Amino acid sequence: MADLLAFARRRLHGDYRVDEFGFDPDLTDHVLLPLMASLYHSWFRVQTIGIHHVPAEGSALVVANHSGTLPLDALMTAVAVHEAHPAGRHLRMLGADLVFRAPLLGPLARKSGQTLACVPDAERLLTSGELVGVWPEGFKGIGKLYRDRYKLQRFGRGGFVSAALRTQARIIPCAIVGAEEIYPMIGEATPLARLLRIPYFPVTPFFPLLGPLGMIPLPSKWYIEFGEPVRTDAYEPGSAEDPMLVIALTDQIRETIQQTLDRLLTQRGNPFLG
Amino acid sequence: MPSSTVLVTGASRFPGGQLVARLAADSTIDRILAVDTVPPRRDLLRRMGRAEFVRVDLRNPLIAKVISTAKVDTVVHAVLSDYPRDSGEHPVIGTMQLLAACQKSMAVTRLVVTSTGAVYGASALAQAVFTERDEPKGVPASGYVKDAVELEGYVRAFARRREDVDVTVLRFTDILGPRIDTVLSRYFSLPVVPTVLGYDGRMQLVHEQDALAVLERATRERLPGVFNVGGDGVLLVSQAIRRMGRIAIPLPRPVAATLGRLLCSAQLADYSLEHIQFLSFGRVLDTTRLRTEFCFVPRWTTAQAFDDYARGRALAQRCLPGFATGSR
Repeated sequence: MADLLAFARRRLHGDYRVDEFGFDPDLTDHVLLPLMASLYHSWFRVQTIGIHHVPAEGSALVVANHSGTLPLDALMTAVAVHEAHPAGRHLRMLGADLVFRAPLLGPLARKSGQTLACVPDAERLLTSGELVGVWPEGFKGIGKLYRDRYKLQRFGRGGFVSAALRTQARIIPCAIVGAEEIYPMIGEATPLARLLRIPYFPVTPFFPLLGPLGMIPLPSKWYIEFGEPVRTDAYEPGSAEDPMLVIALTDQIRETIQQTLDRLLTQRGNPFLG
Repeated sequence: MPSSTVLVTGASRFPGGQLVARLAADSTIDRILAVDTVPPRRDLLRRMGRAEFVRVDLRNPLIAKVISTAKVDTVVHAVLSDYPRDSGEHPVIGTMQLLAACQKSMAVTRLVVTSTGAVYGASALAQAVFTERDEPKGVPASGYVKDAVELEGYVRAFARRREDVDVTVLRFTDILGPRIDTVLSRYFSLPVVPTVLGYDGRMQLVHEQDALAVLERATRERLPGVFNVGGDGVLLVSQAIRRMGRIAIPLPRPVAATLGRLLCSAQLADYSLEHIQFLSFGRVLDTTRLRTEFCFVPRWTTAQAFDDYARGRALAQRCLPGFATGSR
C-alpha cells in the first residue's frame, strides 16, 4: 500500500527518470510488466526454456520469430526475460515505425523500453550494454496466414547481424511456439488495410465477426526457448562490412530458430493444452 | 594571448548580450563590438560596459565596413537560439551578408555560430539520439528550422572557401532557465498547457548558464567543429508539466496544428508545426563530442535546468506580476 502511494506521488510530481530512448523503468516495473505478467502466467501459461543463455549483464541481441497478428510474442518475451531470469533484466525491443507513429501506442511503446528498429538505435543500445530484442521477419512474419504457421519468413537485410558484429554483442536465437494460435489468420482484407494504411487487416474465425469479442486472444500454451548464444567478438573489426559473413550468420541464426521451432512443435501435443 | 577584437551579433538578446557582458569584463580582449538591429535593454547595456554597441541590420553592407576597419578577428554569430521570431530580421540573408564580409576580411581567424538541435528534425521515423554526423530528417519546408538548416549550409560553404578560419558550430538543444525567454519557457508557464493527444515528446534541455559558458569557451579557445550542446538526461513533456504543477489539456493533433497556426498568424504565441512535432516526438542529442573534444561538462542536467526554470517562474509570479506573462 505504501509502495502504491509512493508510486502515485512520484507519477503526480513527475519525479521519475526516463532514459534517452524514452524508457520509463518506474512505469514499466509497476504497471506494464505486472499487467503483462498476468497474461503470461494465467492466460498463455508460458514455459521458458534455456533462460541461462541470456547473460546476467552486458549486451546481447535476442533474435526471435514473429507471429500472432498482434505483437504479443514480443511482449511475452520481455516478460520471460524479466520474470524467469534471476537478474530481472529489461528487454529493449526494436519496433516498426508504424508503432511510433500511432498515437497513444507510440509513447507507450517508448515508455516500455522499445525504440525504432534502425541501426543507430540498435548500436547505441548494444554499446551501452543493454539486452536488445529484435524480430527480423517484421510484418511478413506477424501478418502471415495460419496455413503458413511456424514457417520463418525472410529475415530483413541482416541489419541486426551487422549491428551485433559492430558492437561485438552475442546473438541469442529465440524460438516462440504458441503465438501462431492466438489469432489464427484465415484471410486478410487488403482493401481495408489500404484504407486504414496498415500493412494487413486480419480476418480470423472470430474477428471481425464477433467485433471486440473477437479480439480476445485464444489461450494457447506457449513455449519460449532461448538458444546457445552466437559469439561475434571473435571476428576481426570491420567484419560487419563483409556482406558474405553477414549473410552467412543471418542464415545460420534463421536455421537455428527454424530447427528449434520444428523440435518444439513435434514435442508439443495439443496447441492449447501443451 | 595576442590582442583580439571580437564582434558579436544578436547582442541585444540571449545569449549574445550576456556573452558581450562577460567578454567586456575580461581585459585580455581589446575591443568588443556588439551588433544587433534593436538596442539592448538598459540593464544589459550597462553590463556590457566598455563594449561598443553598433545598431545595424546584418543585411546592410555597413557590416562589411565594420569588420574590415575594426580588424575583427573573432566573429560570434548568435542570431539563432533565443526567441528568434520577433527579431524582425531574416537570419539567412543576414548570415549571407555577414559571411561575405568575413570572407573578404583577412583579419578574421575564428567564426562561432549558434545553431539549434532542431536541424535534426523531430519525427517518429528518426533514430532516438542524434550525433553530429546525422543528416536532418523530417525538417519542415519553411520556418525557423529551415532557416537554421540553410544557415548551417552557408556556414559550411564559408568554411570550405576560407580554410584558414576556425569555424565552430554549436547546436543547442532548447535553452531554459529562470531568465531566458523562449518558446518553451512561455509554453510551460501557460496556466493550462495544451499538449498533443496520444504523443509525448522527449525533451533535452540545456541551462542558460551552461549555454553561455559553452559559447564563451568557443569564443576564447580554438575548437573548430560541430558540437551538440545539451544537458544530461531526458524529461518527457507530460513529466515536465507535472513537475511544473500545471494541468495538461491534450488536443488531437489536427486541432493542435490548427490552433497553433491561428495563434501564430495572430502573433499571440509561436506554436509552429515544428513546435508541435517537437512536443509529439521530441529529440535527444548525443553530447559525447562536447565532453571529449570540446572538454565541457554541463553543470545542470535536463531535470535540474527545468526545475531551476520552474522555481524562477514561481518566484517571479509571486514578486513581479506581469513578468511571467511574457512581457519583457
